[in-house]
Amino acid sequence: MPSWLMIWPNSPGLSMLIVAILLVVGMWGARAPAHRVIQGIAKAITQGCKLTSDAIGGVHERLASRNREVLMATGLQDTEHQIEQEFKRISASVDRDLAAYPALHKQLVDQVNRIDEDYRRATDGPAAPEAWTETLQAAGQLVERASQTAAAKAVDALRAAIEESHDEALEKYREASRARHKLLSKMVPTWRSMDSTLTRVERSVTGIFERSRHIDELMETYRGIASKTPATERALASSSMTQFIIAGLVLVIASMGGFINFQLIALPMSEMVGATSRLGSMQTSDVAALVIIMVEITMGLFLMESLRITRLFPVIGRLDRHTRIRMAWATFSILLILAGIESSLAYMRDMLAADRAALTQTLAGGTVQRPEFMWIPALGQMVMGFILPFALTFVAIPLESFIHSSRIVAGQVAVGLLRMLAFAVHLFGFAADHAGKGLKNLYDIVIFLPLKVEETILEARSRGPTGGKTERTATTVNAS
Amino acid sequence: MNQTTRRSWAALAAVALLSGCATEAPGTGVFLLIDTSGTYSGELARAQTVTNYLLGTLDPGDSFGVARIDAGSFSEKDILVRTTFDERPSVANDQKRQFMQTVSAFADTVSSASHTDITGGVLQAVEWLNEVNPGRKTVLIFSDMEEDLPEGHIRDFPMELRGVRVIALNVTKLRQDNVDPREYMGRLEAWRDRVVSGGGEWTVINDLERLDVALEL
Repeated sequence: MPSWLMIWPNSPGLSMLIVAILLVVGMWGARAPAHRVIQGIAKAITQGCKLTSDAIGGVHERLASRNREVLMATGLQDTEHQIEQEFKRISASVDRDLAAYPALHKQLVDQVNRIDEDYRRATDGPAAPEAWTETLQAAGQLVERASQTAAAKAVDALRAAIEESHDEALEKYREASRARHKLLSKMVPTWRSMDSTLTRVERSVTGIFERSRHIDELMETYRGIASKTPATERALASSSMTQFIIAGLVLVIASMGGFINFQLIALPMSEMVGATSRLGSMQTSDVAALVIIMVEITMGLFLMESLRITRLFPVIGRLDRHTRIRMAWATFSILLILAGIESSLAYMRDMLAADRAALTQTLAGGTVQRPEFMWIPALGQMVMGFILPFALTFVAIPLESFIHSSRIVAGQVAVGLLRMLAFAVHLFGFAADHAGKGLKNLYDIVIFLPLKVEETILEARSRGPTGGKTERTATTVNAS
Repeated sequence: MNQTTRRSWAALAAVALLSGCATEAPGTGVFLLIDTSGTYSGELARAQTVTNYLLGTLDPGDSFGVARIDAGSFSEKDILVRTTFDERPSVANDQKRQFMQTVSAFADTVSSASHTDITGGVLQAVEWLNEVNPGRKTVLIFSDMEEDLPEGHIRDFPMELRGVRVIALNVTKLRQDNVDPREYMGRLEAWRDRVVSGGGEWTVINDLERLDVALEL
């Protein structure tokens, strides 16, 4: 116990008791201002937290609103792009299949006319009348009865003439039937041709119908986005998150491919730029290998951009078609050259590794042996060195998705963090308010004895004949 | 930002880039001294193994030299071969093959020296290493560390070995060391004092199996 607290010399217990009594009495005397101080501090903290929470909430609202706008704008843009693409496909389909429709129609009409003409020519002629047969039978009977009379001879001659005429008619009928059959058989390829033409027309029309249905669906989505419904917002946000994760995964895989590519060309690069020079903490040969890979990726981006597969650079997108095609050929040529360089570097890597192994064998005192089939890994490395630059070209697609979706995902994460922060600040203010109340109660617990005495005295006074109630009320108000 | 400030920033960036691109001194420089005195000439095959090990360990751009220790070792004629390997790995490999053949030819034709001038060899090695100025300088002494100077040779002066690591390899015990081991320990202690007082580091490696760990190349 410090000496200055030893009020009663050589008696710490008594000193402590006196100090405690003095402290309690002092606290009882300062109760009202102490309560005001505690309450004021608690209120200040609570109000500060409320203001901060409101400010964070405002930022949160603005950011959420901005995110919603970006989300909707991206969704609209994406849907517009899809609709535009569908219309382009329909246009191409119409140009390809239906632009030649007049010629197709003329062809169909010709085919129909030809079939019609053939059909007319193939119409069946009248068969020999049944009456002729009966006439011939009657003539035969007359000849038998009349025997050798002149009439019989005349009838017989008539019968012979009729028979001859009948045979001729029958023969003509058969001839006509053969001609009709020939005509009908000639019509078969024409029918087939017409069937094929009609199938083609049907396919084109069906394709257009299907695309129209897809456009209807897209238009429905477009209307949903334009009306900014919560369901559409949720769907778009979910789609962005999915895109972000998938694109991120593909980029990780692509970066592994890039690493393998780096390993293929880093060692042989030391043959070209030396193995001792350094750029900062990295070997220059490693930097050179990285630069080649980066140039390949950049060329891949430009190629994809020129082919209008991605839309990362509006400047390239705005170029006219011929310039873009020229640019695509230029970037493809550079990629091809780089792929050739990589392939040769990969081969050199194999040679260097073999040389190194041979030297190690010599230094160890062994005889140098070139393993059989060593050309297989060498060839594999060369092929890999040639293919990887082109494979890396396709990084542009997930990269574009990643960049676009990361804007929305980052915004959503920021909104979530702001919401959490606002809640935490609000909670802290709430806790400060209750802590203030708790502290006041704790204060009163410490000085409960003088408080009790005060209360008893005030009660006794209030029971007195005059003035007690008014004085007590005044004291209580003062205390609180 | 005014034009002068912009120029200053551009100049700073250029200087930083050029300093980054500047070729540093090759990483490691090693000089191996091989004792050819009568008491030690039987250990030459081991010295050849150490040489081959070092050739397999050193990288392009590193420097490596081999010299014999004889009666007067502070002389260029005692240097068997010394080279800084080319930056290109393939050329460096060819240089290593030639290096190995030179050392092998020396081991086949070497004759015993009458005296052992270790100090002269160390001075010769340090001189070359300082001239090449690699990042790390190491002198390997393949010897029993028993110096036996011809009459008139003066070697009892302090050596300047700042930044040089001196490693005594395969320090064999002499007949008198077996009689009184204090001679062996005293000999090594004397060399330690000379190297450390010259500003160098001193290490002894008798187990060549742990050469890779001890050399830290």
